[in-house]
Amino acid sequence: MANKPDKPKKRHALGTRIWHWVNLVSVTILFMSGLNISNAHRRLYWGDWGFAAEQAWLEVPRFPGWATIPGYYSLAAARDWHVLFAWVFAVGLLVFMISAIRNSHFKRDLFTRLAEWRPANIWHDIREHLRFNFEHEGVKFNFLQKVAYSKVIFLLLPLMIFTGMVMSPGMEAAWPWLTEVLGGRQSARSIHFICAWLLFAFFVLHIVLVLLSGPVKQIRDMITGGGE
Amino acid sequence: MKRRNFLVGIGAAFLAGCKEVGDSKWFEALVDTAEGWHRGIHRTLGVGRIAMAPEYEREDLSPFFRGNGSLTVDTDEYRAALEAGFSDWKLEISGMVDTPLSLSLDDIRALPQRTQITRHDCVEGWSAIGEWTGPQLSHILELAGVQDGAKFAVFTCADNLNGQDYYESCDMDDAVHPQTIVAHQLNGEALPERNGAPLRLRLERQLGYKHPKYLTGVQLVSSLDDIAGGKGGYWEDRSGYQWYAGI
Repeated sequence: MANKPDKPKKRHALGTRIWHWVNLVSVTILFMSGLNISNAHRRLYWGDWGFAAEQAWLEVPRFPGWATIPGYYSLAAARDWHVLFAWVFAVGLLVFMISAIRNSHFKRDLFTRLAEWRPANIWHDIREHLRFNFEHEGVKFNFLQKVAYSKVIFLLLPLMIFTGMVMSPGMEAAWPWLTEVLGGRQSARSIHFICAWLLFAFFVLHIVLVLLSGPVKQIRDMITGGGE
Repeated sequence: MKRRNFLVGIGAAFLAGCKEVGDSKWFEALVDTAEGWHRGIHRTLGVGRIAMAPEYEREDLSPFFRGNGSLTVDTDEYRAALEAGFSDWKLEISGMVDTPLSLSLDDIRALPQRTQITRHDCVEGWSAIGEWTGPQLSHILELAGVQDGAKFAVFTCADNLNGQDYYESCDMDDAVHPQTIVAHQLNGEALPERNGAPLRLRLERQLGYKHPKYLTGVQLVSSLDDIAGGKGGYWEDRSGYQWYAGI
């Protein structure tokens, strides 16, 4: 068996906490300004191009002002917010990833071990969740948490950044291979939209589970780090 | 119930804060800075070669090329010019050049031509692929002779949208880029009216509003401050769109 890294003193490392709250702000702004941008052209396509209803795979509803930044339709202002906070979001993710590799957070808490993929273990985890029992001795996260967090951190968040970059014609001229990897600009735009809503679903689930598992302590620990 | 009120209160405060910040001068300065960083990183990542917009094959062409914004020029002169096949249309090259030029369509067609199949991305989000033909702007600027100190190319247009003349501008890096052409053909035929007949600039590394239609002039300048609203383009002046539309 590999050596277990030392158990940290705090429940959440400082880097994790800073990233968590910076992300709450930047992802919220990106999501709401993104809904405003979506209102500019409410159709999604696959492939390189598309502009008309007959090429679309989805007609997107118009998002109301209370859900968008700014609170009225302005593609120009929404793009200002979006491309500014894209920097905060992308640089924040990069710094968090570096710090989480350095303090072994990924290795210790997020990577699943083969044994955890046994159906009995997964089933046990689901049952405990349905009973609202969120105690898990010894390890920090249970199997479902590990899978959810690692999918978000290693798949959804990077995909948001890369699909966003593909939509930038200046970026595309510098890195044209990225557009091909993601199946064309309109595919990237569709994936960007889908991943945004998957992140929203994660957000809702996350909030619900925090509320069910002692929200005051959870929020306090995410601010102070929590103790032993 | 109290918790819900608390959350609603936080949400409302957040939105009010966003509005306050969004209206402030420093936020405007900050987004301009971020825009500059994006431009810087795009140019840096493409270093060592000329970063080119992707080019496609004929079978990738969109069946029809959508028109957006101005779909015509609503003047009698333009109607007459359209009827006459634009025989009197002139493209004026002026500003910080050694020899100002006045090019007819025949002059433009007689220059070495570049044909490129590229994807046009509107700021709204849609894309269309078209084949564009015309001389490289770099070649035209070479003929005129670019003077030291020229920093921007300003493009003037015949169309008037909501009471203001359309115009656009770009830096010299984009102006002399190999894919920056003065297109007079779309998909092998004379440029259609809705797409900017008789001339449209192609600025392939930026969004659609940076590709001015009904082109009448290219002026080299050292500053954009004294031109129209001072922000370098129709949509920039009118609605605050980003001048660098490579994002």
